[in-house]
Amino acid sequence: MNNADSTTALLVVLRHAPHGSSWLREGLDVALVGAAFGQTVDLLFLGDGVQALIKGQQQGPLGQKGTHPTLDMLAMYDIETLLVDVESLAQRGLTEADLQLPVTLITASQLPHLFAQHTPVFNF
Amino acid sequence: MRYALLVQGAPYSHQAAHSALRFASALIDRGHRLETVFFYHDGIYNAQRLATPPQDEPHLIEAWQRLHHEQGTALLVCVAAALKRGVIDERESQRHGKQGHSLAASFELTGVGQLIEAAMTHDRLVTFSP
Repeated sequence: MNNADSTTALLVVLRHAPHGSSWLREGLDVALVGAAFGQTVDLLFLGDGVQALIKGQQQGPLGQKGTHPTLDMLAMYDIETLLVDVESLAQRGLTEADLQLPVTLITASQLPHLFAQHTPVFNF
Repeated sequence: MRYALLVQGAPYSHQAAHSALRFASALIDRGHRLETVFFYHDGIYNAQRLATPPQDEPHLIEAWQRLHHEQGTALLVCVAAALKRGVIDERESQRHGKQGHSLAASFELTGVGQLIEAAMTHDRLVTFSP
């Protein structure tokens, strides 16, 4: 039990866009279960993962449930720290105003410290 | 140290399972313990009972089972990720009215909670993804 004490938050890194694969959905499931287990959970949206937060998304034509409703449930699970890499947003022509939820913007130079601060880190 | 692995790549499609097994034998050779392997995402296909690779290629499913028998490693498979991909045990098969079951021996279906638990109770959790 030398990994995590009650002050260490779990980090779930989301690097895939919604709809095209199950990475985002299964990554969010780990975040929700972690929170349900009493862990403090922070989310980091990185690379294509920032597209998960684009507002106005629907289920899509493929019959998937979509991850939109899951994102709306995060607050209920006390998952309130949503970190978004500002360069990933800019590279995709997005700004904070395009996003569905309030987020904390961070820069790439902050990432090493962020990873060092969290245990465990789950990468999806 | 007590290690847990998270495997998210399907066998024979990606390198993830091969690398995880090589890492497993390396850490055991160094005197560490591999207590848990958790299979998630497409990694659940590592638990396919009917996998039949060519005889001159490594049998990854049997390699996991050897770890279980020789090291006592728990082989945990996420039930939600597995069921929707068609990897089910006898109990789930009956419950859902399916013919046959597809989970290999020595693997067990479990929830994501066990992954969180593994991260908390082991010294290291190492992820192998495609």
